[in-house]
Amino acid sequence: MKKVEALIRPDRLEAVMRELRSLGYPGVTVTEVKGHGKQKGVTHMWRGAEYRVEFLPKVKLEAVVLDEDLGKVVNAVLRAARTGSIGDGKIFIYEVMDAVRIRTGESGFNAI
Amino acid sequence: MKRLGLKKMWLVLAVALLVMLVACHPALAAGEGDAKSPEEISTSLDTVWVLVAAALVFFMQAGFFFLEGGLTRSKNVANAMLKGVMDFCLGALVFWMLGFALMFGADRGGFVGASGFLSNLANPEWNGLPLYVFLLFQIAFAGAAATILAGAVAERVKFSAYCIATVCITGLIYPVVGHWIWAEGGWLYRMGMLDFAGSTVVHTVGGICALVGAWMVGPRVGKYNPDGTPNAIPGHNIPMAALGTFILWLGWYGFNPGSTLKASSAIATIAMTTTLAASAGAAVAMFVTWFRYGKPDVSMSFNGALAGLVAITAGCAYVSMASSVVIGMVAGALVVFAVEIIDRKLKVDDPVGAISVHAVNGIWGTIAVGLFAQASFGEANGVAAVNGLFFGGGVAQLGRQLLGVVSVLAWVGVTSALLFLALKKTVGIRVSEEGQKLGLDITEHNLEAYPEFQPAITEKGVI
Repeated sequence: MKKVEALIRPDRLEAVMRELRSLGYPGVTVTEVKGHGKQKGVTHMWRGAEYRVEFLPKVKLEAVVLDEDLGKVVNAVLRAARTGSIGDGKIFIYEVMDAVRIRTGESGFNAI
Repeated sequence: MKRLGLKKMWLVLAVALLVMLVACHPALAAGEGDAKSPEEISTSLDTVWVLVAAALVFFMQAGFFFLEGGLTRSKNVANAMLKGVMDFCLGALVFWMLGFALMFGADRGGFVGASGFLSNLANPEWNGLPLYVFLLFQIAFAGAAATILAGAVAERVKFSAYCIATVCITGLIYPVVGHWIWAEGGWLYRMGMLDFAGSTVVHTVGGICALVGAWMVGPRVGKYNPDGTPNAIPGHNIPMAALGTFILWLGWYGFNPGSTLKASSAIATIAMTTTLAASAGAAVAMFVTWFRYGKPDVSMSFNGALAGLVAITAGCAYVSMASSVVIGMVAGALVVFAVEIIDRKLKVDDPVGAISVHAVNGIWGTIAVGLFAQASFGEANGVAAVNGLFFGGGVAQLGRQLLGVVSVLAWVGVTSALLFLALKKTVGIRVSEEGQKLGLDITEHNLEAYPEFQPAITEKGVI
């Protein structure tokens, strides 16, 4: 099993969720986060004075998938989250040792 | 259904019977009983009008603290609300006890009044009005003068010092100026200085207290870098500031037209000059910021409306519609440049632009009377009929206006400096750096205004 952690634009969440559901992965964890990559923040204006907003709002989406589905899931996120402009985000992929469903105690991929 | 129908019929019958009984009552028949004289009706109308106007001016208090709360950070907003509520409450008490007597009591040498402390009579009369409606109207004005300070010293002033300062403004600094310009014995009144609803009496007084206060309390922690360049400190709630601006504007329909103290036809003209100046001020401020900053600035445009309102306050009964537009336009431009100069050159931290709106445009509006006044408008409105410089009146009125401005600047500058100096030496006027970082809601009142919200994360830390 792999964990796909995607940092995406908040307005792309709906499209990414649609893709994941169609692949049979309806279970995700979503967190509102702030941060920046290489591009850094943006400049705003307050009463004639510029100020920097360094941390930009993003959505962090986490889903655990089967090894053989990894490529499909990553491609789906790429399709749905990409606008082509700076600030589209990142995908990180982790090994998952195990999973346990709290209600039943099932483990492994059955718990997902 | 049947029961309901019956019930309704009984109700109709009962009402009809009541109407017949009332109509047959001898006292209510036309031309008989206690019919009121035209004078009594006129007094009743005046009383109702001044009470409504007083309530509108009272509500401006909400405009002030909403504007301040919106343009400052969420960690200080509860403090801003209590400052706005308390300066009215303390101000109402002290103005009843002391301020009103100093302002409108029996004249002492043109400088101050000295009778009518703690008015406690049964429905006394004042120049054809019930005194208490006039007193309430004046209390609301005194509250406005005092609360102008709040925005300028926001986010760092000690609450205890603020309360004492507003009591001194409503109890002493403001009423003395009010006596000079509005009381019949006042030396500027006798000289013929014109300030219809208080560009100088209320706004310049409040604005100069704000300037001296903001300067002596010092800038907010983090406002200026070591090299003196200013940092933007964005406010937390633009909708609050927008609503505050429009509440203030609504209140101005009591402030300016109410200053007739009569339900006369002049209130229509005054309400219109007020509207046009505010609209012109907002529009010009928006275009100036659009041109200078590349985008129309939201909170500066709000300031533009208020600048127009402050500027037309002195002349609202003496100038034409077209002149009110020009006065408002100048105010809208002045406020933008004044904010920049005060922020960047004078390095006085004024989070809401109170000094630029009230002091700068209070002075402009007072001078504008000497330029734009038209005798035909004054006469039609039943007030002083004077021509300003632009309408063939020469510089006489302008000179009187300038003398008034300079005298008031001197009085308020000196007294407010002494006031803040005394506060600095005694209770202290500034919240510590640690306290400001934590926020005045916690430091001064031990609560959070929005306990369920997460604070914003910025590079300067969690705010």
